[in-house]
Amino acid sequence: MGEIWQGLVAGLWLVVTMDADLVNITLRSLQVTLSAVVIASAIGLPFGAWLAIRRFRHRRTTIALLNALMGLPPVVVGLVVYLLLSRSGPFGVFGLLFTPTAMIIAQVIIITPLIASIAHQAVRDLWAEYHDLLLSFSTTKRQRIMTLLWDGRRALMTASLAGFGRAIGEVGAIMIVGGNIDNATRVLTTAIALETGKGDFALALGLGFVLIGLAIAVNIATHMIGRTESEGKW
Amino acid sequence: MVKPILPLTMKGGVIKRRGKILLGPVDFTVSAQGFTIVMGPNGAGKTTLLRALHGLEKLAAGRVDWQVPVADTLQRQAFVFQTPIMLRRSVRDNLAYPLILHGMPKAQAHAMAADWAARVGLGAALDQQAPRLSGGEKQKLALARALMRNPDIVFLDEPCASLDGRATREIETILKTAQADGTRILMSTHDIGQAKRLASDIVFLMHGQIIETAQAQAFFNAPKTRQAAALLKGEIVE
Ligand SMILES: Nc1ncnc2c1ncn2[C@@H]1O[C@H](COP(=O)(O)OP(=O)(O)O)[C@@H](O)[C@H]1O
Ligand SMILES: [Mg+2]
Repeated sequence: MGEIWQGLVAGLWLVVTMDADLVNITLRSLQVTLSAVVIASAIGLPFGAWLAIRRFRHRRTTIALLNALMGLPPVVVGLVVYLLLSRSGPFGVFGLLFTPTAMIIAQVIIITPLIASIAHQAVRDLWAEYHDLLLSFSTTKRQRIMTLLWDGRRALMTASLAGFGRAIGEVGAIMIVGGNIDNATRVLTTAIALETGKGDFALALGLGFVLIGLAIAVNIATHMIGRTESEGKW
Repeated sequence: MVKPILPLTMKGGVIKRRGKILLGPVDFTVSAQGFTIVMGPNGAGKTTLLRALHGLEKLAAGRVDWQVPVADTLQRQAFVFQTPIMLRRSVRDNLAYPLILHGMPKAQAHAMAADWAARVGLGAALDQQAPRLSGGEKQKLALARALMRNPDIVFLDEPCASLDGRATREIETILKTAQADGTRILMSTHDIGQAKRLASDIVFLMHGQIIETAQAQAFFNAPKTRQAAALLKGEIVE
């Protein structure tokens, strides 16, 4: 009990004093995850919107596939990305294994289906609501898509936030493809795993506090977006 | 001189869904003038008929013809839905939306939106979010949004179905003004009183078929079909 208490206090102290290691690891985590969110949003948001509006032959299959991809175990994604990027793999020549880029690739694969799926649902609901009106106004296809993306912008941001929340807390895949190398690919989650294993609960808990703080921040942001939706401030 | 788009005719119009006939075959002409009320019990096909004329339903057979190519009518007709469809935007932006869509400068569209909001009693609500308006306010917004482009014809599908007396009266007043300004109106209702107050002529639908068309006076004084007579007597018609 005493040990845990000491760890909590020491961990909190690291956060309060902005410990160099802790800041370093946090910034790397943010860099990797934000890059992944930007890339995954650039792919997932338009793709989700497109799936909601376009009627094509294998649409249902594509949606089912998307939902299946959402449930991919991150560790397996890590394994596959590892094999692809490893020296003997098809993309081995780029030397990306154990770099932040490899971690970004893995995270993009993990969260793109999630972002696309949430975007698809949001745009689909909005399209069902607007369909008759937009047809009655004889809008062009482009005008319809612009209207749906604009009026659905808050839901789309929520989709990206959900992607961020999933990626920032993910450990299995980035451990495998990043290697948890000090000062290179060590991020919040992998560092916590390592420090806990070593018995350094102070740093592990300090990093844990940061991670929890980020998760709460994402929740608050999502909640506030929901509030501005009904108030219509922007 | 712009070529008139009316009369509008439907010839042998049939609407099917999943193999089932919802409407038709219907032969029907919407003349150039008047306030036509489409009556009939629930499920008779009123909504389907209006939507088909406006071009929202695909015909399984038959045709709908305007006096000009349909592409030239799109900006000259408007539709008011039974459940008003509100964009998730302010009242001002809801009104300005179709204007900006078709090329009007934003400032001018906003000025016109303010003007029309005031006309339908929504002047104080310009900055409110449209989805949060009351039912009556939503329908007035939808009506203003339909009328402000000065269409040649407006289709209205039971616009007062879920509104209280006051909102209904306000909407009827707006509609009468629009008609006086030369807008052709085709509206469904199953409120007999409303039909009596507004109609110049009646179309009576049953089971997807038009079974009677008549001048309003004649229809209410001496209906030709026993179903219409029964409806006017307040009996259940099915
Ligand atoms: N989406 C739909 N799918 C299948 N049947 C429908 C659908 N919409 C309406 N119908 C049927 O079409 C018929 C006509 O409906 P409608 O035009 O809505 O009648 P009304 O407006 O006079 O109440 C009804 O029998 C109704 O059950
Ligand atoms: Mg109806």
